[in-house]
Amino acid sequence: MNALTLWFHKMGSPPTFYRIATRLQPWLFATALAAAAVALYLGLVRAPADYLQGESARILYIHVPCAWMSLFVYAFMAFNGAIGIIWRIKLCEQMAVASAPIGAAFTFVTLVTGSLWGRPTWGTYWVWDARLTSELVLLFLYFGVIGLERAIEDRRKAARAASLLAIIGVVNLPIIHFSVKWWNTLHQGESIKLMGKSTIDASMLWPILIMALATKLYFGAALLARTRVAVLEQESGKEWVRALVLGTNRS
Amino acid sequence: MSAGSPASAFFALLRRDLLVLWRRRADSLNPVLFALMVAMLFPLAMGPESAKLARIAGGAAWVTVLLASLLSLDLLFRPDAEDGTLEQLIASRQPLALLAAAKILAHWLGTGLPLVLTGPFVALLLGMDRSALPVLAAALALGTPLLSALGASCAALTVGMRRSGILLALLVLPLVVPVLIFGAGAVEAALTGGAARPALLFLGAGLMLALPLAPLVCAAALRLNAS
Repeated sequence: MNALTLWFHKMGSPPTFYRIATRLQPWLFATALAAAAVALYLGLVRAPADYLQGESARILYIHVPCAWMSLFVYAFMAFNGAIGIIWRIKLCEQMAVASAPIGAAFTFVTLVTGSLWGRPTWGTYWVWDARLTSELVLLFLYFGVIGLERAIEDRRKAARAASLLAIIGVVNLPIIHFSVKWWNTLHQGESIKLMGKSTIDASMLWPILIMALATKLYFGAALLARTRVAVLEQESGKEWVRALVLGTNRS
Repeated sequence: MSAGSPASAFFALLRRDLLVLWRRRADSLNPVLFALMVAMLFPLAMGPESAKLARIAGGAAWVTVLLASLLSLDLLFRPDAEDGTLEQLIASRQPLALLAAAKILAHWLGTGLPLVLTGPFVALLLGMDRSALPVLAAALALGTPLLSALGASCAALTVGMRRSGILLALLVLPLVVPVLIFGAGAVEAALTGGAARPALLFLGAGLMLALPLAPLVCAAALRLNAS
């Protein structure tokens, strides 16, 4: 067995995963917080106001990274779901399920910040723009995965069903995005360009990139936290969980 | 007992499903009645001005068909799951995806096909221009099998639950957004003098994609629920 396969098998074992995740999680949370603080400082204080959109453009330092994450998390979820279903790795199913609420939160934040930004910029909270509409559909796709997972009593079955739905969704997602774009150009000739041709200045680019890093780290931390709970629940009858719980109780 | 060929199993299941459908023919009338009633809601909600209604007729017909087909999805696998037929199908030596395809086809013949006929009627009722009627019928003929295929995948996922109702709608509706967009888009294009062909071709492409994939997904979901 080569080193990579060995590592994979080791990480797939719940006790090992739990141990490593417990150690990793605070670091991820801390670095996420630090990166977010730096990005917010750069974005809100140091970066100049946009000459066209004014101060309201600063919302984009949160909006854009969250929008990236909303898609990234869905792909991550489907990828893990596929691994879980194909190789029957329980941990991957649990990670897929655990990432759904986080992804939904990112999507929700994207929608809310987008509409708050749209009020001063476009003069309305909501327009049926192609990007907004597909983001809304994405939110419903997340809700579907979460709803399906909650509705099935057997945890294992629930995780596998949700994984399968995530895979259907990820196949459909590009089609939905494309169709919504097609629909929008069909109905209204002019479409709002979120980012024009103007190359973005470095003082505005860095806050976005650092915030993107922060959201990734936060996702990692939140994912580990959620998966740890799921692992404990799933393995509640096992000896190592017993030892762990009794050990923490004693100390 | 010999197992028979997959093709014979496919047709046996199709025959049996159509027979069940025929014995309960009132059931397959329900989606049609539902579609007509939803169609009636549009004039009541938006006022009786015929110009306004004619403007939305194509889209309204699509929405009614979509909702009506959604309503019938729960009956796709649930009765079989309740009386144990589904377990027999899963335990049989035939490829489950093929059997799922038979069930999807039977479902489409029972609810999709009547809706293909109801949709244009609804559009006419709301005063859509007659010139777009063939396009609407073609779009429905391509779109309703797609609705059945996508819906069947989600119905298979929820078959293990006691009641799926609103959850099934939550799963299906985001997935069928493209069907609605291209279906209604074709009608819109025909009405405004544009080319309806691209949208119809997209619907056809989607159907070609879904026909082989949906039965496989259904089979995986049914196995998962039965295990």
